[in-house]
Amino acid sequence: MTQPSAQSIEQLTQQATQELDRINDLESLDQWRISYLGRRGSLTNVLRGLSQLDLEQRRELGALGNQSKNLLDERLAQKTQEIDQAQQVQAFARDRIDVTMLGRPTPIGRLHPTTQIVKEITDAFVSMGFSIVEGPEVEWDHYNFEMLNIPEGHPARDMWNSMWIDYRNEAGQQPMLLRTHTSPMQARVMENTQPPIRVVVPGKCYRYEATDATHEWHFYQIEGLAVDEGITFADLKGTLYEFARRLFGEERKVRFRCDYFPFVEPGVDMSIDCFACQGGDNRCRICRGSGWIEIMGAGMVHPKVLASVGYDTEKYTGFAFGIGPERVAMLKYGIDDIRHFYTNDLRFLRQF
Amino acid sequence: MRVPLSWLKEYVDVEMSAQELAHRLTMAGVEAGDVIELGGWTGCYVGHVLSVEQHPNADRLSLCRVDIGSEQMQVVCGAPNVAAGQKICFAKVGAYLYNTHSEKHENLKPARIRGVVSEGMICSELELGLGDGHEGIVVLPDDAPIGVTLDSYLGDTVIDLEVTANRLDCFSILGVAHEVAAITGKTVREPDISYQEGNTPIAELATVSVADPDLCPRYTASVIQGIKIGDSPQWLQDRLTKAGLRPINNVVDVTNYVMLEFNQPLHAFDLDKLRDHTIIVRRARPGEVLDTLDGAGRILNPDVLVIADSHDPVGIGGVIGGANSEIGPDTTNVLLESATFDNYNNRQTAETFRLRTDATQRFEKGLRPELAPIGLRRATQLIQQVSGGEIAQGIVDIYQGRDAPHPTVPLSLKRLKQVLGMELDIEKAAQVLQSLGIQTKPTEPGSLNATIPYWRNDINIEEDLIEEVVRIIGYDEVPTTMLSTPIPNHHPSPMTELKWRVREAMAAAGLQETISYPLVSLESLEKVNQLDQENLPLHVANPMSVGQEYLRPTLRASLLQTLLYNQEHMDAPFRLFEVGRAFLPRKDELPVEQEIAAGVVSGLRSEPSWLEQDGYLDFFDAKGILSSALERLGVTTSYQPTEDPTCHPGRCARIIAGDTELGIIGEVHPEVLARLDLKPLPVVLFELQLEQILKVTRHSRDSFRPLSRFPAATRDLALIVAADLPAGKVQEILGRHRLVENVELFDVYTGDNIPAGTRSLAWHVYFQSQERTLTNEEVNRTLEGLLRALEREVGATLRGS
Repeated sequence: MTQPSAQSIEQLTQQATQELDRINDLESLDQWRISYLGRRGSLTNVLRGLSQLDLEQRRELGALGNQSKNLLDERLAQKTQEIDQAQQVQAFARDRIDVTMLGRPTPIGRLHPTTQIVKEITDAFVSMGFSIVEGPEVEWDHYNFEMLNIPEGHPARDMWNSMWIDYRNEAGQQPMLLRTHTSPMQARVMENTQPPIRVVVPGKCYRYEATDATHEWHFYQIEGLAVDEGITFADLKGTLYEFARRLFGEERKVRFRCDYFPFVEPGVDMSIDCFACQGGDNRCRICRGSGWIEIMGAGMVHPKVLASVGYDTEKYTGFAFGIGPERVAMLKYGIDDIRHFYTNDLRFLRQF
Repeated sequence: MRVPLSWLKEYVDVEMSAQELAHRLTMAGVEAGDVIELGGWTGCYVGHVLSVEQHPNADRLSLCRVDIGSEQMQVVCGAPNVAAGQKICFAKVGAYLYNTHSEKHENLKPARIRGVVSEGMICSELELGLGDGHEGIVVLPDDAPIGVTLDSYLGDTVIDLEVTANRLDCFSILGVAHEVAAITGKTVREPDISYQEGNTPIAELATVSVADPDLCPRYTASVIQGIKIGDSPQWLQDRLTKAGLRPINNVVDVTNYVMLEFNQPLHAFDLDKLRDHTIIVRRARPGEVLDTLDGAGRILNPDVLVIADSHDPVGIGGVIGGANSEIGPDTTNVLLESATFDNYNNRQTAETFRLRTDATQRFEKGLRPELAPIGLRRATQLIQQVSGGEIAQGIVDIYQGRDAPHPTVPLSLKRLKQVLGMELDIEKAAQVLQSLGIQTKPTEPGSLNATIPYWRNDINIEEDLIEEVVRIIGYDEVPTTMLSTPIPNHHPSPMTELKWRVREAMAAAGLQETISYPLVSLESLEKVNQLDQENLPLHVANPMSVGQEYLRPTLRASLLQTLLYNQEHMDAPFRLFEVGRAFLPRKDELPVEQEIAAGVVSGLRSEPSWLEQDGYLDFFDAKGILSSALERLGVTTSYQPTEDPTCHPGRCARIIAGDTELGIIGEVHPEVLARLDLKPLPVVLFELQLEQILKVTRHSRDSFRPLSRFPAATRDLALIVAADLPAGKVQEILGRHRLVENVELFDVYTGDNIPAGTRSLAWHVYFQSQERTLTNEEVNRTLEGLLRALEREVGATLRGS
């Protein structure tokens, strides 16, 4: 065994570090460690040989040897980390995925847009103290027309082209039809309840009517009714104004104009200011430049309707309104054709 | 109702633009649809025909000199009615007009016709777009100012009103004029309706009687003798044309004109065609017939009111005239009818004959009898003016209600405030009403009585007057308040709530909601084996189309149709549901409307993509979806094999919760799929009765169980059972012990190593107590008990024992 010398330690250290610089994989690194720092490694040997030296030399070279060992240990750790890092980078490169590809799909269930808008509308009224009631889709002429001040032979019947059920009673009349509006529930509710009344009635309605982009023979309506002592047209304005703000934004303005429905008097039509163009665009697809969009019909319940259910018309007043949810949805979502609603094309339904 | 502005202005001053007027009318309740501009005739002028000579090279053409003020033009004209002295519409070269040869609008080109230069054209109605007449040129009134542009002379604006069913008055120009006057604060000028009568009393010329006054409350008539039938003067034709009616002859045109002006429909009879010069207003006799003016033969019945002569009907009262008494070119003596017919009967008759005429449109809404003589006098006056002749002395006026004036309507501020929620002076209310032509008289303080003018039939109660006031002052004047009355007690509607929860649960389980038409065809029900010939569904008497005639007794056909529609458009997983009603007929009652939730599941298990496909959706996918939706509703279900006509006989189950059957789930029968042209892939359908679910959920609200603090013990069992024994039965037996917390089926095996006709079901069974940690002995004892029960009840044995 050669006598260790300061020179040999330095040489060995230099040789080891030079070798280490060229290493870039863990396997070679391990061999390097064994050959210098292992149990039989060259530096280990040198250090072991120190024991043969005299105290003076041992102290001097010992310090040098330890310094050298510490250096190589440190360099080894550093190198190990470098290689680890480099290998991780490689592994990451290898394991790269195309994150732009489609994710594994999970089925999504959606509610029909009509369901969603009906819920939104009825929620607005429920929070103002209205209850939701529903009624039959097949109705008697009595409730659909008679009780609503639209007697047989009344020219206003032309406003509701009806689909009649193929059934005749003993008198030979054809008194059953697919309801043309959800308004019959006005009479049905009042027959069974005393004021105060606040109800909204969502449901399907049917008309014998040619279909086009804005007309369907099968559609939904939400009828509303509030009856009590002291209910006024001013309350009607306030309630519907609040509704418009909730559905179409709190900065909405509303406008009422005179309109005719036989079961209300006075009767009105409510418009909101155009949320798309604020009236500034003559080509606005929503308001066509008028700045106003008709939303619903409404009015004060006709005294004949109140009288027909036995209410005291001197004491009680009320208001009623009717909303077409498809129209509201068309406005809100920019749907251009009402016929999309009940064709059930998934390409349409999946957009909501 | 088309209202030409020039005509309207004859009765009321209009100082605002047509657009503004249309808007104001709309806000007051008379909705203006379109505002139509007539004109745009650049390069056209009022001309004066100075001379007409024969064209040198063509027999049928004339050569005219026309003065258009600034210059004189030479023009070739082919119209037979051109004559010197006429005022005509002259188009200079370059004018943009309808070319009757090319059938489109073009600029008029310079022309040389048969060797003669024509410097323009004398126009027909068709070329100007005023009407469809092209046989002759338009002849303007003599006082038309030469040289002014045609736009300024003939141009007009027509407001097209969409009149609501109550506003009969706005079917007349004068009615609209009253409306305009109220809106703008102007005064209406009603036309003078007086005329000079001759010396022959009308009674000597005609005999009129009303046999059925219930259907004809008022009948008035006049006679004009010695008239000459011909074309109406241009102004009359123009007004009719602009209002959308076609000129016919001077007598008929006047009746139409007065209908548009005052609202009163009239009818002119050729007096000499009425036998015995007699009119009898009566119900038709059974079997009587009449050829009406529209060329149809009508078989009459006693519900129909006719106008008859001494023998036969000559018209259907208030609906249409008869061909046998029609005004013809040779008519010289006219009996003019202006009557009031019962609105209900009139409407019925119009519906019976499917004859909605301009007259019935008015009569059916209930014209006031006061109007009849006014319309009669106006028309009599005009007929004489445009057709000549002498008017008989006096009129016929048979009117039973003469002594019962139209009732007045009261208005009090108290009621106005009760209805509108606003304060108003009674003077202000009276002023608004008067602006509408409604006369008011104060009664007690804060109240008045209103007399309703003859042109309004829609004001009968106090609320009607309140509307009149508020629609004119504007709804912005009414305050906006929130409801301050007590909120009514909440009335729960469990079904409405359940439907919402079902929809949410189904959507959360991955199903897409659809909503379909509830009208179906018998054929579509038959295809899904759901047609019961003994108990047919409700039929619509007037269906929209052949495929939509019957109210569905099931949602199955609708959903499968929806699936088919979408299969044609995409290749995807289809997981669809609908919450809707099925209709079950009852005798003499409204049908039962069953609330149903139904769904179909079919197609690829996942969306087509680069990812590995894992096959097609099957029964167990659908059952899993349905079970998770029901679990969300708090309904614990079990399934029992069953058969259903729509489904595969071995792949259908009843869905049960406790003792309640909720509905079915099953794979659709392959034959049904084939009949519907659906793809031959598994389609799983379910249908749930929501009424049944409601029963179950009502009792399962208190479902919280405390979480056990003690550990669970697990045992695995493989049981050999008969191959046709439902696993659900085994699960039920295992699950009913109080210490069994949960049971999971984890493997099913058939094949080698077990007897033929059997299968092996492998289970994890979890034991747990709320009170203590279970000992091994306790668990084993329980398990042994369960095994004995299984053997006893379903013959199950432990595999390998």
